[in-house]
Amino acid sequence: MKPANPYLPWEAEIVDRIQETPDIFTWRLRFTDREVARQYGFKHGQFNMLYLYGVGEVAISVMSNEGEELLHTIRAVGRVTRAMMELKVGDHIGVRGPFGSAWPLDVARGKDIVFVTAGLGCAPVTSSIKHVVANRADYGRLVIMQSVRHRNEGLWEPQYDEWRSLPDTQVLLTASRDKTRWPHWHLGRVSVLLDEAQYDKQNCVVMMCGPDQMMADTSRTLVDLGVPGESIHVSLERNMQCAVGHCGHCQLGQHFVCKDGPIFTWPQVAELMRVKGY
Amino acid sequence: MSDMRYLHRADLPTLFSAIREAGYRLIGPREETGQGGLVYREIDGVEDLPQGVRDSQAPGHYRLVKTGSARCFAWANTASAIKPYLYAPREKLWRAVRKDGRVHFEAVEREAAKTAILGVRACDLAALELQDAHFLQGAYVDPYYKARRERLLLVAVNCTHAADTCFCASTGDGPAAREGYDLLLDELEEGYLLRVGSERGAMIAADLPLQPASAAQQAEASAQSEACARQQQRALPSQQRLQQLDALLEDARWTRIAERCLSCGNCTAVCPTCFCHREFEVPALDGKSTEHWRDADSCFNEDHSYIVGEVVRHGSRERYRQWMTHKLFNWVPQYGRIGCTGCGRCTTWCPASIDFVLEANVLLGLAAAPEVELPHVDGSEAAE
Ligand SMILES: Cc1cc2nc3c(=O)[nH]c(=O)nc-3n(C[C@H](O)[C@H](O)[C@H](O)COP(=O)(O)OP(=O)(O)OC[C@H]3O[C@@H](n4cnc5c(N)ncnc54)[C@H](O)[C@@H]3O)c2cc1C
Ligand code: SF4
Ligand code: SF4
Ligand code: FES
Repeated sequence: MKPANPYLPWEAEIVDRIQETPDIFTWRLRFTDREVARQYGFKHGQFNMLYLYGVGEVAISVMSNEGEELLHTIRAVGRVTRAMMELKVGDHIGVRGPFGSAWPLDVARGKDIVFVTAGLGCAPVTSSIKHVVANRADYGRLVIMQSVRHRNEGLWEPQYDEWRSLPDTQVLLTASRDKTRWPHWHLGRVSVLLDEAQYDKQNCVVMMCGPDQMMADTSRTLVDLGVPGESIHVSLERNMQCAVGHCGHCQLGQHFVCKDGPIFTWPQVAELMRVKGY
Repeated sequence: MSDMRYLHRADLPTLFSAIREAGYRLIGPREETGQGGLVYREIDGVEDLPQGVRDSQAPGHYRLVKTGSARCFAWANTASAIKPYLYAPREKLWRAVRKDGRVHFEAVEREAAKTAILGVRACDLAALELQDAHFLQGAYVDPYYKARRERLLLVAVNCTHAADTCFCASTGDGPAAREGYDLLLDELEEGYLLRVGSERGAMIAADLPLQPASAAQQAEASAQSEACARQQQRALPSQQRLQQLDALLEDARWTRIAERCLSCGNCTAVCPTCFCHREFEVPALDGKSTEHWRDADSCFNEDHSYIVGEVVRHGSRERYRQWMTHKLFNWVPQYGRIGCTGCGRCTTWCPASIDFVLEANVLLGLAAAPEVELPHVDGSEAAE
């Protein structure tokens, strides 16, 4: 959906708000213009620009778009997102979107699905995990690997338990800085989980998000293990001002992360991610 | 070349009045004190043109020299490009009004003034084409740029004099303009050859006391243009050769450059193709409304590549590398050609006298690094 002025947000109301952890909250939003609500549609992996009156805009992945409502999960980390955490149900914000590329959920049909996430940057894949779970029969094995620093940062742990009980599904969790090993939890980085994951390396789709270094390391390991580079997809984050390919802030080599990404195949960015500070 | 006409210098004011009568405000090159050189500003008449003025440019250096010639366009280029007239360095995008707990968004409807720019150079025309590709031809159109672009009249003048920093011949963008103009002039000793490039230009030309151009006049124009190309001392390697910079991203030379680079962003500010900007809010004092603005930004600024917890391009080495690799090869997959049109401004306006073309050649092993690499400190070399 493309407005005449791509910089101008639409108004949306916060119709529900959940405090997930001390600094993470979820908004359920509804566009006040019914026509906008009706026409809005997103693909898993895309993002919106959310605007807070008088403060600014930030890029936030779309979690879901149920009926005419939008779900966003936001971590309060800085100027805009901290101020956003103060808003209440009934408050109004601005929304532009959706922007960017999507996860290859169509090509992934019939294949084994591997999700790898680290830190709390899991928002961009959560919507697509939910899609695969909801359409479980369309896909092969499902492997979800998540690493956090401490287990108590593990968002949505009950959900992981629920996913673990699905057929042909593995949920592998690791805490990189904890000392105690909890049931279902490993100690260390994502790499410790790769040995245990069972999936068809020649016939899988990998979807990954988290810090650049983790994604680069994991992608290289997967390629060494025999997964074709083209089957690996990463979601990148760069500074974003406009989201429409104009402000230049999100550039990574030849790519504009806002329009060519945020989701890239590993070969598109493998060389670029090798160069520190590029 | 049968479409070439001749306008005597004494009749140049008729061009001004024809443009005015067509409803355009007129922008042209003029000497402005405090701007350090020629700039494009509103001009009233021919008396505002820089007649008998030439520019002397070198890395970190720009000075105007009086020549006594009757020519008005015998200089190479201006301090700032025509870019600010299309892509404003600072601009209000929209406004949000808070009322009864709701937020209303209002776009700034900008009624752009019909604007004619006289004396546009080939390098700046080529740069404008790149800005068009960026702001108008992608998936999203910039309505602010578009409004101005649609009401623009471009009167280009082919260069007859190259500055020491010019290298448009090597990028294929000059010194003669190929396309993108409404009217194109060649300045001769006694007057001007005129070519029409568009419907809009033809309407203006119809009002001028034009004469047929003689073969001798046309030969004079070509000879001037060729001499101007030959005069250029710097050359950028071919697009294919520049592609090899891709393999040099970890070259030690970037560190040598960073030792001099101040990360001031002057190069990106004067470059006619740079498009980066940041957005920000200006809340009204009464708390009832707020404005959303954008400001030209530079990849030399720390916040350009800031994401929570880190600055991706954390030092001058990474930032100069971004600037040069964006211009000289990452632009190619983005817009089909390199992002440099050979104007030389980035080199002229670098306070550390970093020579963009030389550095590209050094990186590619096509030139030796200069023996002395300290910034210019000689006061007489400073831009006036
Ligand atoms: C495609 C994409 C999807 C994202 N999805 C989510 C999500 O679903 N949930 C979530 O909590 N966060 C998400 N982020 C990160 C989120 O955009 C940043 O946390 C947010 O911009 C920080 O803004 P701030 O003003 O609070 O922080 P500050 O540290 O004050 O940042 C200042 C400004 O820098 C820019 N900036 C800083 N960090 C980032 C960043 N990581 N990405 C882009 N711009 C940045 C923004 O313009 C921001 O306003 C996503 C980022 C991208 C690029
Ligand atoms: S990179 Fe330098 S020479 Fe090339 S167009 Fe920009 S300012 Fe001019
Ligand atoms: S990234 Fe740098 S070189 Fe490229 S357009 Fe932006 S400011 Fe100019
Ligand atoms: S966010 Fe502005 S160009 Fe990508």
